[in-house]
Amino acid sequence: MVEGHTSYRSDNAVSVSEPTASTASRSSRRRPATTLVLLALALFALMLAAIGIGKYPLSLGDIASAVGGAIIGASPPDQASIVLFSIRVPRILAAVLVGAALAAAGAAYQGLFRNPLVSPDILGVSAGAGLGAVLGIFLSLPVAGVQLFAFAGGLATVALVYFIGSLVQNREPVLVLVLAGVVVGSLAGAGISLLKILADPYDQLPAIVFWLLGSLSSVRSAEVWSSAPLVLLGLVPLVLLRWRINVLSLGDDEAKALGVEAGRLRLIVIAAATLMTASVVAVAGVIGWIGLVIPHLARMLVGPDFNRLLPASLLIGGGYMLLIDTLARTIAAIEIPLGVLTAIIGAPFFLWLLARGEDGWS
Amino acid sequence: MNAKTLISARRLGFGYPGKPVGREADIVVSAGEVVCLLGPNGSGKTTLFKTLLGLLPPQQGTVSIAGSPIDKLTRQQIARLVAYVPQAHSAQFPYRIIDMVVMGRTAHLGLFAAPSRSDRAKAQAALDLLGIGALASEAYTRISGGQRQLALIARALAQEARLIIMDEPTASLDFGNQVKVLSHVNQLSKNGLGVVLSTHDPDHALATASRVLLLHEGRLIADGPPLDVLTPANLRTVYGVDVTIETLPKGTTVCAPDYRA
Repeated sequence: MVEGHTSYRSDNAVSVSEPTASTASRSSRRRPATTLVLLALALFALMLAAIGIGKYPLSLGDIASAVGGAIIGASPPDQASIVLFSIRVPRILAAVLVGAALAAAGAAYQGLFRNPLVSPDILGVSAGAGLGAVLGIFLSLPVAGVQLFAFAGGLATVALVYFIGSLVQNREPVLVLVLAGVVVGSLAGAGISLLKILADPYDQLPAIVFWLLGSLSSVRSAEVWSSAPLVLLGLVPLVLLRWRINVLSLGDDEAKALGVEAGRLRLIVIAAATLMTASVVAVAGVIGWIGLVIPHLARMLVGPDFNRLLPASLLIGGGYMLLIDTLARTIAAIEIPLGVLTAIIGAPFFLWLLARGEDGWS
Repeated sequence: MNAKTLISARRLGFGYPGKPVGREADIVVSAGEVVCLLGPNGSGKTTLFKTLLGLLPPQQGTVSIAGSPIDKLTRQQIARLVAYVPQAHSAQFPYRIIDMVVMGRTAHLGLFAAPSRSDRAKAQAALDLLGIGALASEAYTRISGGQRQLALIARALAQEARLIIMDEPTASLDFGNQVKVLSHVNQLSKNGLGVVLSTHDPDHALATASRVLLLHEGRLIADGPPLDVLTPANLRTVYGVDVTIETLPKGTTVCAPDYRA
């Protein structure tokens, strides 16, 4: 072993006078743990505010009496407590869950594919979920059936992409996966287009379009209860393998030389991120931008170490989605689709991140 | 097999599926040796290294690490024995230098563990040893190519392997840093590590190698002490240029090409 190697005094230390970024340029750097606590507090405050805001405004007093009534089992529940517990709280929880899941999946994928421009749907999970949901709507299935079809469609599409990738042997595996994802994704897109043409233009087509743009307007506690455990199930491996996901972001050869079973780890991360994405897309529809933009923002705040990037992405993603959804249900007389808002807000925001450059990327 | 043998390859065929690059390579590296691999661009040096590391499957023959066939070892077991220093590259994400170096500890961590304080201390010690300890908190994406190369060597030291395979460690360095890196290589071998490195410069082999391998058109055409292998005739065969090998009055042997041709 090399215990001895620290014993020699290095009198030929290599010059460090070459351009070294001065630490002053990042003087505003806070301790990452502090940043995470602040993000958690901000998310909590946002959730409290979102409870009060809406078509049926709830004052602090309304909320307090509704909560009190629920605790002592007052009968019958008044309108405020129905709005609070049946509609608003589930929707707020769903927004946080959706945003957190998409952002965490995006952070994992950006490391996995070594590319900061990757979003969680690169392997076709959203396109597959979209095809499943559209098929469900086309077959006039009930809401739960549409969600199940969407979930299964997302998982099946990524499984197909992974299977195709494993058939191709002589090429860079990550590149093959991405290309297979593009191909299968656009095939699913063609299926969606075909079903749109065949669908009933008065009844089914608006439902299809609305689903493809994403919305939480029909989410109740049943949806939260069905998707939250699946999101958690996907999150657990990401948390456990957080350090190895860093190593994997150096590329397959380096990760293997450092002792990581790169292929197996990639399969686990893909399965985990796909499970998280598919289970939220199934209840919320296709929502772009979150998984792309939020990991960038998180990386700027806490750096690229996945150990901190993951919690930061979860917190910011949840808060951002909640903000968007609260706007979606309050700024206009009709519900604005989430996909429209995330694009309108996300695009300029992403351009700002690009222009700012700095720590987000090299 | 000698107990000091760190890696051995027998009649090794190496290359990519459907695209063989080299064949019948016999390589043995023992503790304390510096083995230099010389060969022109495209001769397969990196491919050979990837095969020795188990990153590419051998097309023929076998690779053994510390006496065990490489296909019987897990990635973690290999990484505890052999470290790899790739050519300095740019990273996609701005990891701090210390984070980059502490990744060398991965093979010593449990599957679900993150590096501990003592892992970080080992990474810092490796950086200090290479004289770039002051850069620990800098972003890997912001330092120079030479500093990146040193950081990658530090990562290999933090890995505490017995053999380090370096792919052209001097390629991106200025003249001064080349000399310093090669001095470190000599020092590592004195401390009992085995080092395999590829280089384009016969002078680097003369300065560090206990043994030189010449790779020509996929075959190892020579294996022996530097002065036996780096002959004008051999270098003429491999590179197509004429050289003079001279020993200077102070004892350093140099290789001077003939630029008139």
